[in-house]
Amino acid sequence: MLTQLLLRFLIGGLVVCVFAAISDIFKPKSFAGLFGAAPSVALATLCLTISSQGKVYAAVETRSMIAGAAAFFIYASCAAWLMMKRHLSSLAVTVSLIPLWLGVSLGLWYLLLR
Amino acid sequence: MTLNITIDLSTLRRAKWHQFVLRFIFGGIICVLAGVIAEKYGPAVGGLFLAFPAIFPASATLLENEQKEKKQRVGLSGSTRGRRVAGVDAAGAAMGCIGMIVFAAIVWRLLPKQSVPTVLIGATAAWFGVSVLVWQLRRMWVHSHK
Repeated sequence: MLTQLLLRFLIGGLVVCVFAAISDIFKPKSFAGLFGAAPSVALATLCLTISSQGKVYAAVETRSMIAGAAAFFIYASCAAWLMMKRHLSSLAVTVSLIPLWLGVSLGLWYLLLR
Repeated sequence: MTLNITIDLSTLRRAKWHQFVLRFIFGGIICVLAGVIAEKYGPAVGGLFLAFPAIFPASATLLENEQKEKKQRVGLSGSTRGRRVAGVDAAGAAMGCIGMIVFAAIVWRLLPKQSVPTVLIGATAAWFGVSVLVWQLRRMWVHSHK
């Protein structure tokens, strides 16, 4: 169990860093931003999940991921608007909007996917 | 209309090591968290966290600070500029989310029937293709409304 968690941590951290490095080299920033929503966590996690729990279990996870990604879209759109139009601090905006992501993703899952 | 996308490898040389350490830690933690939640509450709830904006706050803050430092070197405050650039980056991420929805839908439908590498590589290519298409369409729309 501990080995599995450690492996998840290392692979997850590595994949996220690779996508972040790719994002850093691109210009303009609106294009580089696409990589902020790269499926990095999913790619890192799914490989391990498939090997330990099987394909069907992983497919169920990705079905819910659709709701999580839709919530991420709303979260990122609100964050963009607050930073560009209201000039609010990025740290304050991105952290304070996390409950919005949680609420929307759980709400969508409950209404559409449960 | 051309894409006007440039690659600047010098940004990697200028990057500070702590930026990558921070992203590594956040990325690692969210992967562990997604696994633990799936274990405790089932894959349907755990799957939501595969799209958790894990490193987004850290990336936006690093970007804002970087832009601020650039402006401060020439004697300007740079706060507004930094926040605007972080906002543009967030708008890009919102477009990438549409690609992420396509990625998840492809994996959900095809994973049980097809080979794992084929599905994951194909879905990642679809994420990239759809994201770039949405980005380009938005760009064309913005230009036509100027």
